[in-house]
Amino acid sequence: MVALTAAKQDQNLLSRMAAGDGHGENSAYFDGWKAYEENPFHPIDRPDGVIQMGLAENQLCGDLMRKWILEHPEASICTAEGVNHFSDIAIFQDYHGLPEFRQAVAKFMEKTRNNKVKFDPDRIVMSGGATGAHETVAFCLANPGDGFLVPTPYYPGFDRDLRWRTGVNLVPVTCHSSNGFKITVEALEAAYENARVSNIPVKGLLITNPSNPLGTTLDRDCLKSLVKFTNDKRIHLIADEIYAATTFGESEFISVAEVIEEVPDCNRDLIHIVYSLSKDMGLPGLRVGIVYSYNDRVVQIARKMSSFGLVSSQTQHLIAKMLSDDDFVDEFIRKSKLRLAARHAELTTGLDGLGIGWLKAGAGLFIWMDLRNLLKTATFDSEMELWRVIVHKVKLNVSPGGSCHCNEPGWFRVCFANMDHKTMETALERIRVFTSQLEEESLKLTKPMAAPPMVAKKKMCWQSSLRLSFKDTRRFDEGFFSPRSPVPQSPLVRAQI
Amino acid sequence: MLSSKVINESHGQDSSYFLGWQEYEKNPFHETLNPSGIVQMGLAENQLSFDLIESWLDDHPEVLGLKKNEESVFKHLALFQDYHGLPAFKIAMAKFMEKIRGSKVKFNANKMVLTAGSTSANETLMFCLANPGDAFLIPAPYYPGFDRDLKWRTGVEIVPIHCVSSNGYKITKEALEDAYERAHKLNLKVKGVLITNPSNPLGTSTTRDELDLLLTFTSAKKIHMVGDEIYSGTVFDTPEFTSVLEVAKDKNMDLDEKIHVVYSLSKDLGLPGFRVGLIYSNNEKVVSAATKMSSFGLISSQTQHLLANLLSDERFTTKYLEENRKRLRERRDRLVSGLKKAGIGCLKSNGGLFCWVDLRHLLTSNTFEAEHSLWTKIVCEVGLNISPGSSCHSDEPGWFRVCFANISDQTLEVAMDRVHGFVEAMVMNTNHGKQKRTMWDSRRRSLINKWVSKLSSVQCESER
Repeated sequence: MVALTAAKQDQNLLSRMAAGDGHGENSAYFDGWKAYEENPFHPIDRPDGVIQMGLAENQLCGDLMRKWILEHPEASICTAEGVNHFSDIAIFQDYHGLPEFRQAVAKFMEKTRNNKVKFDPDRIVMSGGATGAHETVAFCLANPGDGFLVPTPYYPGFDRDLRWRTGVNLVPVTCHSSNGFKITVEALEAAYENARVSNIPVKGLLITNPSNPLGTTLDRDCLKSLVKFTNDKRIHLIADEIYAATTFGESEFISVAEVIEEVPDCNRDLIHIVYSLSKDMGLPGLRVGIVYSYNDRVVQIARKMSSFGLVSSQTQHLIAKMLSDDDFVDEFIRKSKLRLAARHAELTTGLDGLGIGWLKAGAGLFIWMDLRNLLKTATFDSEMELWRVIVHKVKLNVSPGGSCHCNEPGWFRVCFANMDHKTMETALERIRVFTSQLEEESLKLTKPMAAPPMVAKKKMCWQSSLRLSFKDTRRFDEGFFSPRSPVPQSPLVRAQI
Repeated sequence: MLSSKVINESHGQDSSYFLGWQEYEKNPFHETLNPSGIVQMGLAENQLSFDLIESWLDDHPEVLGLKKNEESVFKHLALFQDYHGLPAFKIAMAKFMEKIRGSKVKFNANKMVLTAGSTSANETLMFCLANPGDAFLIPAPYYPGFDRDLKWRTGVEIVPIHCVSSNGYKITKEALEDAYERAHKLNLKVKGVLITNPSNPLGTSTTRDELDLLLTFTSAKKIHMVGDEIYSGTVFDTPEFTSVLEVAKDKNMDLDEKIHVVYSLSKDLGLPGFRVGLIYSNNEKVVSAATKMSSFGLISSQTQHLLANLLSDERFTTKYLEENRKRLRERRDRLVSGLKKAGIGCLKSNGGLFCWVDLRHLLTSNTFEAEHSLWTKIVCEVGLNISPGSSCHSDEPGWFRVCFANISDQTLEVAMDRVHGFVEAMVMNTNHGKQKRTMWDSRRRSLINKWVSKLSSVQCESER
């Protein structure tokens, strides 16, 4: 009998799922994270370290939260004021969740949608963060081999969350910078057709609104068109609304919950919302994810599946108390938006001053930065080259558009809400130095031949891999990008005329 | 329109195990508010030792204040979503697990994967070790939740290893080989054996000989060995608890990459609400894949922080384990003697939060129909929610799992009185024959009819 090689034995020992790389973490995208982890920036201890701008976290309002917790010891089961609840909470593992938790979350969801819709606490199902919520929704709505349409660019984690253990496919709906990455009916139909041709039964459309990585919100007409599209095709619409309260400035967030009231004959059994407290409240560590479905059967089964990722009862208890405090919540949402707006403005003003373009958007914890004119060639290889320079030389971890399945190279997601003001200043300074070095190189090349300098300047060898003409090719395409004009009317509306 | 997982209802929650729960929830016993309600004896929870934890919390107010060494840890916790877990928490868990095993096994925090309860740990292990259509062998009777946790979303099959009361449910070589053969005949590829040690529902710990046999078997077949040891801290009597990792060490298999342990704080510490589970494995690839999968169910950082503090207090954990075991033994003894007075025997147990009770002599026939009929009487008439053996995949009708650690002393008294009353009445009925219908008898019949029709139509929605 031929002995199995070690590798083959390995293969047989584990499942295909564990042995494969469906977890997505082998992508080059994670190299930036590794670079950060090996050399994280610290203003005093590691001033030359990598600044983390690849992490979409809301760290601007931790002080408000901390103050509330200290003022409300009864919300904890560890304090003298709260310990009499300890045993009841510690044994509570009912997958319906604490009623007061569900009521408080429903109220918070209403507030973050300007109280324009009502949410039923009995439709709130817990999950292990939005990560767990997405996977649960995929398990409920699709079989292995089925597909979800997802507009690009999208959050890289979807490749794992929706596909890895479920066997579901993601079919991209390609959106273009030429119209500000709007989702068009043409793009939806094209994606639907692609799926059909590839023998992938489409079970739903997943949208993230506000968008990650774009930071844009969907306008009412666009949302209505999406609801009509899915309704007509009799497929599900899953709206990931985890950034609902991160809107600032002129941006208005409209929930799919509001729009379904305005679409006649909308089949609500097809409508589902994924929510979380990780972004809006800046509490990713507490793992509070929510599946909210208008489909009774989905609520029922998702609830059974929530056994695999219930929210800790200790956390449910704290959140129930915190989100029931109307004054605190109103103040928190208000201040959070102001601080997000200020930090966003700091970054974008800095970029404007350097002639770097970004997609005009007023939500999320990041901006979608335009570095297309820095690419040697309009290819993803060039994008990766540029990205490596940014990570290893400029020492900023940002997310390359290719990792978000953007169809066009040169875009980068840059997070701004996970750092303090000084770190932001440092980051902008590094970008300034980087761009001025590029300009220097550009000027040097266009000057007539001169005698070589007496002292050889330090050669920035990595710069030769970039296109050097930067300053004169700032993009002001069609008003979608900074520094000017508001977003025009949705192309979906135009298409219907 | 929905997935087959939704349509087929393969979650396993329509079994009688869960239906009894539903009825309890409609009419729960309360000493003063609802003294005629149903007593919950189907819930394997440890509610005997909360006072010890509460008094620890009283003595350690700094755990919440979110201040640690004068610096607020709140921000750190709020943002901490690293699936590797809080290092302090994993180290504390490792120490706690070592203490339970009398330091005979060492645990390395780097081989640990944190999960949202053992429910998630077991499912995750299946996703890592088996493909859809593969099988795991499990000694029966086993915990009803496995039908959901191990099979539902993973597509993995369970093939039971038949264990019988005549030899105290010992796992034998013949039973193992037989199960393996049966899987083979069903065209199922066996990927491993999973045991619960101490056993749920039996309340007995796996002996050293059995563990040796199991490891010899799995090693020869080159398949995995999973030891679900979530009740390890509840062993209150001899023989003392032996972990599969201890026997593996004796066999020079302690670094074997096919041996994995599942743990949780839901039973030993009585904290099921906190959702604390873990996978322990020597297999780097399993640890790596399972860690990534744990993203779908991480433990709240707030909870990790609290427990890291609690479990790092060695004096507390030593005292807790000792006192907890003592209380569990006392409670078990009270249940056993109460049942004995009614002429009811139990399997001799040395751990767990329940007894495996023998009601075979009360069956009208040696069938599962008779067991079901007896069970409905007990839930509906006697007002005790206990778990019928069939829901645990028992081979022999007439055995029931009865939990004792989730109720007060007084409630246990009430339960025992009801059992005595029921047995007396049954004896009376047998003696007087069917002609003499008592009021009680016709009430019983109408209640059963109502009950049976409810059971067949109702959809269970409660958690275990």
